[in-house]
Amino acid sequence: MDANEAVASVAYRLNEFFAIYPITPSSPMAEFADEWSAASKPNLWGAVPSVVEMQSEGGAAGALHGALQAGSLSASFTASQGLLLMIPNMFKIAGELSPFCLHVTARAVATHALSIFGDHSDVMACRQTGFAMLCGGSVQEAMDTAVISQMVTLKSRVPFLHFFDGFRTSHEVSKIQLLSDDDLRSLVDEDAIAALRDRALTPDAPKIRGTAQNPDAFFQAREGCNSFYDKLPELVKEAMDAFAARTGRAYKPFDYDGAPDAEHVVVIMGSGAEAVSETVDALNEGGRKTGVIKVRLYRPFCVEEFAATLPKSVKSIAVLDRTKEPGALGEPLYLDVVAALRQAETLGLLENTSAIKVTGGRYGLGSKEFNCAMVKAVFDELAKDDPKKVFTVGINDDVTGLSLDYDPAFEVETPGMKQAVFFGLGSDGTVGANKNSIKIIGEGTDNYAQGYFVYDSKKAGAMTVSHLRFGPKPIRATYLIRQAEFVACHRFDLLHQVDVLSYAKPNGIFLLNSPGDPDEAWSRLPREIQEQIILKNLSFYAIDASSVARAVGMPGRINTIMQTCYFAISGVLPKDEAIAQIKYAIKKTYGKRGDAVVQKNYEAVDSTLANLKQINYPDAPTSTHHLNPVVPEDAPDFVKRVTALMLAGKGDLLPVSAFPVDGTWPTGTTQWEKRNIAEEIPVWETDICIQCNKCSLVCPHAAIRPKVYQPELLENAPPTFKSTDFKVRDFAGMKYTLQVAAEDCTGCHLCVQVCPAKDKSNPSRKAINMAPQLPLRDAERENFAFFNELPDPDRAMLKDDVKTTQFMKPLFEFSGACAGCGETPYIKLLTQMFGDRMLMANATGCSSIYGGNLPTTPYTTDHCGRGPAWANSLFEDNAEFGLGMRASLDQSKVFAEHLVRGQASVLGDDLVSAILSADQSTEQGIEEQRKRVVALRSALSGQTSSEAKSLAQVADYLVNKSVWIVGGDGWAYDIGFGGLDHVIASGRNVNILVLDTEVYSNTGGQQSKSTPLGAVAKFSMAGKAVPKKDLGLIASSYGTVYVARVSLGAKDSHVVSVFREAESYDGPSLVIAYSHCVAHGYSLSQGLEQQKKAVACGYWPLFRFDPRRAEKGENPMKLDSGAPKGSLADFTRNETRFQMLARINPERSAMLHEMAEESVKERYALYQQMAASMEPAPAAE
Amino acid sequence: MDLTTNYLGLTLKNPVMPGASPLVDSLDNVRRLEDAGAAAIVMHSLFEEQITSQQLAEFAHTEMPAESFGEATSYFPQMEDYALGPDRYLEQIAKIKSMVEIPVIGSLNGTTLGGWTDHARLIEQAGADALELNVYYIATDPDETGAEVEQRTLDILEAVKDTVKIPIAVKLSPFFSSLGSFGKQLDAAGAAGLILFNRFYQPDIDIEELEVLQRLDLSTAAELRLRLRWAAILHGHLNASIAVSGGIHSVEDVVKAIMCGASAVQTVSSLLKNGPAHIGSLIQGVRHWLEDHEYESVAQMCGSMSLQHCPDPSIFERANYLKVLQLWKV
Repeated sequence: MDANEAVASVAYRLNEFFAIYPITPSSPMAEFADEWSAASKPNLWGAVPSVVEMQSEGGAAGALHGALQAGSLSASFTASQGLLLMIPNMFKIAGELSPFCLHVTARAVATHALSIFGDHSDVMACRQTGFAMLCGGSVQEAMDTAVISQMVTLKSRVPFLHFFDGFRTSHEVSKIQLLSDDDLRSLVDEDAIAALRDRALTPDAPKIRGTAQNPDAFFQAREGCNSFYDKLPELVKEAMDAFAARTGRAYKPFDYDGAPDAEHVVVIMGSGAEAVSETVDALNEGGRKTGVIKVRLYRPFCVEEFAATLPKSVKSIAVLDRTKEPGALGEPLYLDVVAALRQAETLGLLENTSAIKVTGGRYGLGSKEFNCAMVKAVFDELAKDDPKKVFTVGINDDVTGLSLDYDPAFEVETPGMKQAVFFGLGSDGTVGANKNSIKIIGEGTDNYAQGYFVYDSKKAGAMTVSHLRFGPKPIRATYLIRQAEFVACHRFDLLHQVDVLSYAKPNGIFLLNSPGDPDEAWSRLPREIQEQIILKNLSFYAIDASSVARAVGMPGRINTIMQTCYFAISGVLPKDEAIAQIKYAIKKTYGKRGDAVVQKNYEAVDSTLANLKQINYPDAPTSTHHLNPVVPEDAPDFVKRVTALMLAGKGDLLPVSAFPVDGTWPTGTTQWEKRNIAEEIPVWETDICIQCNKCSLVCPHAAIRPKVYQPELLENAPPTFKSTDFKVRDFAGMKYTLQVAAEDCTGCHLCVQVCPAKDKSNPSRKAINMAPQLPLRDAERENFAFFNELPDPDRAMLKDDVKTTQFMKPLFEFSGACAGCGETPYIKLLTQMFGDRMLMANATGCSSIYGGNLPTTPYTTDHCGRGPAWANSLFEDNAEFGLGMRASLDQSKVFAEHLVRGQASVLGDDLVSAILSADQSTEQGIEEQRKRVVALRSALSGQTSSEAKSLAQVADYLVNKSVWIVGGDGWAYDIGFGGLDHVIASGRNVNILVLDTEVYSNTGGQQSKSTPLGAVAKFSMAGKAVPKKDLGLIASSYGTVYVARVSLGAKDSHVVSVFREAESYDGPSLVIAYSHCVAHGYSLSQGLEQQKKAVACGYWPLFRFDPRRAEKGENPMKLDSGAPKGSLADFTRNETRFQMLARINPERSAMLHEMAEESVKERYALYQQMAASMEPAPAAE
Repeated sequence: MDLTTNYLGLTLKNPVMPGASPLVDSLDNVRRLEDAGAAAIVMHSLFEEQITSQQLAEFAHTEMPAESFGEATSYFPQMEDYALGPDRYLEQIAKIKSMVEIPVIGSLNGTTLGGWTDHARLIEQAGADALELNVYYIATDPDETGAEVEQRTLDILEAVKDTVKIPIAVKLSPFFSSLGSFGKQLDAAGAAGLILFNRFYQPDIDIEELEVLQRLDLSTAAELRLRLRWAAILHGHLNASIAVSGGIHSVEDVVKAIMCGASAVQTVSSLLKNGPAHIGSLIQGVRHWLEDHEYESVAQMCGSMSLQHCPDPSIFERANYLKVLQLWKV
């Protein structure tokens, strides 16, 4: 069980109401609560708690506040930005002394960059709210402290922020002691619950809260709560004692581990304390006198308890903070400790505290590793005569020199502990199988077990790394495995990307999924891998797991095969018992998915052992081929110096100086990351192709591109480079090539699906067909490089139809989006049409992750060096963020125009007039204005006046810029709707693109207000009962907003027209783009077909509302798709999100389907009426 | 008038029943069918292949994207009560069984021997009174012989027979080279009935898009004649009862089928076209026809026009073909 599930199980049983909003890494807690509620699982008092998803964490906090006022036991789960949005209500909840538990997976707050990973910057931002703060450092502790928080909040009335580290604890799977209902019942004070109910607002005994108080009253009334806080530490202690008496697990507000006579003590909070404890034990065994104070109760900070916990022998203290407060005297925990020592002396609890050296250190920001080697460095520093007053540990700060050096080879050995590391793909199921392995070992043996899983920042072809530990003692290692007895690589190509064998201990075991005959596995290995195997004397095993999986009918799903190999080789359990346990786990895990799935997995297990081979290898390497370079030789310096290390999984080694100081990164770096994740790529057939370029249009990763060029440029073409005559009369004599970026393609099949050209004698052969990538890789690499050297066309010469937009270079390429993503083709098209003058404000979500998650960035530049300038602010504020960009651009343009007028004597009246009256509505107009700016700069050269210098600086703003505000439906319909509404009402010239997947995709499929009627999503498990919000209709009600609804799969030419019209409209534009998504539950290769069906059946009518038409006396509303044909079921029957409900509740499914069918018809009729009613009246006869 | 008939060892109150179709998905329809006088309820076929492929597809669509990305370790809620494959089908049998007085006949199409037997057992346990084996199989493998196709069907029948106690009918395709002989083999292997015939949905071609299209057309009365001929030929040679399915639209069609030797008829297209109550019109129509023609019972009429009993058996034989052509020329 991981901490999210453990904490949720406690919170669910002890509460009645949950208002939530999904945010990583806390989302699973809310999802568990929702699933249990949907399954009518009762809480401790026999009632089924209700779970309500709100539009934001701000909304959730409001709802919680209300529920508390009305007397319900309420709780919630959040993290990071979500927690920040709750702060205003947290002040209120605490100010009103409302018992409440907020469970937080502590996560970094976005600063120079977003980080989904763990640190304490979010919880530290809540110190002022009046919430008590209690921390758990492990999965077990997280569950235990959740109960203790709940016990004390009820008794004390002070609300609790209960937290544990995001990912490291929230997602760590561990064998823990569970708490039964009886345990909980015995620990919770029923009288306190009755008191809570008595305080509820009710018209039967009316009271009033939330008054406004004047200077005569506010201060005194605010001080009234003091005694509640004064009593709190004692209540926490009592609760901890009661908990210990019940469970045997003892906690204190501050726990101490280490030598009673320790001289050097670390004070720390959260999961890092476990690593410190482990190191303290190891150091003390070696004769050192060290200790660690684990802070459990952080607020209120109890000086008495702290003083009592601190060994009197202490000479130096390092206070470790997992947060950063620039400009502060120190981080919060450090300052608390310093103040506590002083107060303790004042109170007579400690003596001569000024003799104790106290240093403050930062560690582990954004889930940076914090391991025993780093802890030892801290203790080594403390032992020095003059330790650093402020330090960092875990990084190399070569700029301000704050970081401590540490010996990376230092490890704490735990006798009997077995460690294993598995490199797999997300889609192959490695993580799921490893979670099962933990259960098998945890439940089937006396061993303790721990699993931690590192996920990729890319979604297509994502790599996962599983770290598994088993051992006879509780596992305190809250850090990644660095040296394992067993290392498995589940995909051969990963050997080229990551230094897999650096994780292998000498004499350990290496298991490889090697394609082809295992006897040839050795010869297929790159020489460097062979050298490592020999050097480390590894036992080497190979299996062609992919073939085994294919043979049993589960291509790509190798998890149970590799899991069987692991148990067979590692000897953790007797082989037969292990196989029986694996099968039991398969039944338990996949039983719900159907017997066929279970049987296929059984078959996979049964086929494994016959195919697994131990490989004998020679004493010296034999291979003549080598590991691929991480990035090519011709990559830019920054990419080679910084990006390449991050790509190789060695980013931790980069020093501070390697990084930009303000979060500004170069664009266009995905092109250097050759991931080679497609097993099959499209191959172009020149004789069949009709050169429609639809394949290029729909490619989510810009991995297939057309170009038209002069025939003489083919002179030095590589031998396999394909070319044919361009079949357009105006371009007679030109050549045409459709080129695949073989190493960047994800193999999604969309291009083949959309290709309309078929061989007349053999229609199964299209103009592009999928073929295995490996045999084509080298030649196509060369071909793509040659293709890139061919000149791009002059934008000004190109028309705005689907075909010619594809000759414009995509300035968004090779992103980390899912294979077959429905969003990215829209973004790519935008960059092709406007990328050279585009500013993008991108809401947090899928598009910000594939758009801006390091190590590489997909936005790139044209041959002039122009391209989209992109930024992500937050989730909730994206429309406002874009508006700010627009305002700034407009301001700069006004200033530039003012300066142009002032410099007329230098520039000449003709140029001034031409610049100021330029028509920039076309590509030609833009190009001509750019030439005028060049002329302007030329004229200004040599001018020394400040005005002339200012004009030279801002002159580029004289060329129109296009602001695009991009995000998903979670942003546009829910959390950012207020801002979006305000921005479209502002009249400013911004363009808003909503990539509508009808669900929160990035956080794993939670419903949004865009989720359709009848669809199943997280938080609408019974199928959504209300239709999706009609955002387009709302926006068009202003009458001043250009609004369109588009679908690339249904009508691509419509999308191109809409983008052009939206961009050209001098006011706000809103384009809502249907985007298929993995969260819809079908093969995305069928995404475009599904889009067609969605439009055809009237589910997704296409329309444009253009206020310019109204100005001309025409109807602004234009329906662009025909009346519904066929049934809604033609569309819904293919998607799991709709079909799931039919399996759970066929009657409700049928009812919702009927309602949805009706709703579709009604909406179309409404649109039809709108499109018709405003038509000019027919002329009188 | 005695309309009762013996079909699969079950005494039916009349010979007309709905054929396997999605009509029975709705309990309302089932109620209307029974109220209209249907002799039995035949479930739509449980297709093992469909169950398997659906399970594997849903597994692939929900599990493969999971556990790949830290922010979204899954994309769908975990359902506690998620009914897959045969569960709903079996529940529906049980519901129908508890609701109606008439026999309920399950229908099954398997792809593996295990699938046939396992599902047959489940259908029996759910309360079905009899089971149709819907041997819907297109022999696309040019290396597979007719004998192998027949043997496969016999193997399935025997395996299912060993598994369940309820009577088993085999729903055949018309494409066996010697249906008489094969029918006898099935009879010997213990088939309680043969249903003539399965309707294979024939694909169509889109000549613009160069695609093969799935097309579902309702049956026409013209399809009945093939069934009539084979019912007539087989009647009297088997212990198993014969049902005619496909092309039954009118009262006369029912009468013809019974005269050719069918103990029962199944109709789907006429019900889809006219609604479940249409079955009542057919039954009433048969009653009136028998009365008008002074028959005493269905049994009296059954097989009267079979190969063994009809006045001119040659018309059911090869000569029939020649004459038709001659007629056409005329």
